[in-house]
Amino acid sequence: MRDGRVLSNVIATQTIHRKYGGVVPELASRAHHKTITDTVDQALQDAGLGPDEIDVVGVANGPGLMGSLLVGLSFAKGFSLAYGKPLVGVNHLDAHIYANFIEHQERYPAVALIVSGGHTRLVRVDGPFDHTTMGATRDDAAGEAFDKIGKMLGLEYPAGPEIDRLSQGGDPQFAQYPRAMIREGLDFSFSGLKTSVLYDLKDRPPEEVRASLADLCASVSAAIVDVLVEKARRAVGEAGVGTLLLSGGVSANSMLRARMATMAEEEGIEIQVPSMIYCTDNGAMIAKTAEIRYREGLVDDLSLQPYASAAD
Amino acid sequence: MKEIITHSEEETMKAGEQFAKTCKPGDIIGLKGQLGAGKTHFVKGFVRAFGLSSSTVTSPTFTLIQEYEGTLTIWHFDCYRVKDPKEILEIGAEEYFFDQGICIIEWPEKIQEILPQETRFVSLITQENRSRKILLDVANFERS
Repeated sequence: MRDGRVLSNVIATQTIHRKYGGVVPELASRAHHKTITDTVDQALQDAGLGPDEIDVVGVANGPGLMGSLLVGLSFAKGFSLAYGKPLVGVNHLDAHIYANFIEHQERYPAVALIVSGGHTRLVRVDGPFDHTTMGATRDDAAGEAFDKIGKMLGLEYPAGPEIDRLSQGGDPQFAQYPRAMIREGLDFSFSGLKTSVLYDLKDRPPEEVRASLADLCASVSAAIVDVLVEKARRAVGEAGVGTLLLSGGVSANSMLRARMATMAEEEGIEIQVPSMIYCTDNGAMIAKTAEIRYREGLVDDLSLQPYASAAD
Repeated sequence: MKEIITHSEEETMKAGEQFAKTCKPGDIIGLKGQLGAGKTHFVKGFVRAFGLSSSTVTSPTFTLIQEYEGTLTIWHFDCYRVKDPKEILEIGAEEYFFDQGICIIEWPEKIQEILPQETRFVSLITQENRSRKILLDVANFERS
């Protein structure tokens, strides 16, 4: 990243795939220590920079798996020490919010909706790193609900993208699934939907499930999307802001995008969504967030520690 | 083995809280049950016995391991996405297994061969009439 422009954004699975022709197990976090050097090398090469030309080292130090975080953090500290560059720790969830500002102007105040396989969270953003969590999921994340319900419908896990594709030819009114807590606060709950689909499928003969797969997918999507849209609408209203920042992998969902666009028009607000590559986990969003933190004077030192859980 | 029938999320949580009272530091618990069987709600109740609010617990499917600091440390695992038990070893599972906290593991069947012998199992089964049958300290048939 230079002056807000992404120079390189490398994901380890791709580099290693190219280099060794194999796939890195997604979950093998300690294997990160084997891939991090190659990944950083590749990033510098793509950017056409030497390590001494870097101004600031940004690193995600939480929330996440301690094993993975320690690998990245230790590497970043080593880099910072060896080349004498400032170190900036970044919260992974913050980075999903600031991913919006890779391609768009920074706008405050705003409400951010982070919606992915691991997170469903509404955050009020009053200024750079001036955040208040307005609501979060009490059980499953929205992306997890898509993935697991798709699996119940016989689709390959993770099934989110396939549900989205099938939903486009289905009737969202076909089955009535609950919109948990839709009028109650700004927290989310998606595990009841999973249970209700489970029982609904038990009541339907398997051939009917197969024949009405698109309708069932559309009904499930509508149940999830309705809740996300209504809570986002209410959060924006309560915060009294004119901007909604959408991010996380589920922001690719076409029904969610369409319904959010309609909501924005009705409410007279603006919605920003990053390009897909910056919605899912990526290095550029960490770099962007570190750039803004550095600008705001939020610099860390070698005592920076990783943390496992999101603090509310 | 003990059998409990529950009719609501709250009853499933209560069953988890009651079961927790029989657990001691260093215990490892495997929670079996299909998608939507109520495993996460069982854990929500379980943590209450250690002075935590049920809202502390969310699904660890993506995070894989969550840590809750109550009167004891509870490590909440979800192995749903694990394809090979080696993956869970890579993230340091044994360090948690032999810690003085309690490990409670959803989808233990995915890491069967690395689970310590003394692991206790709980099975959650959805029934026709929308109730759930919960089997506490069920034998681990997959191993025998």
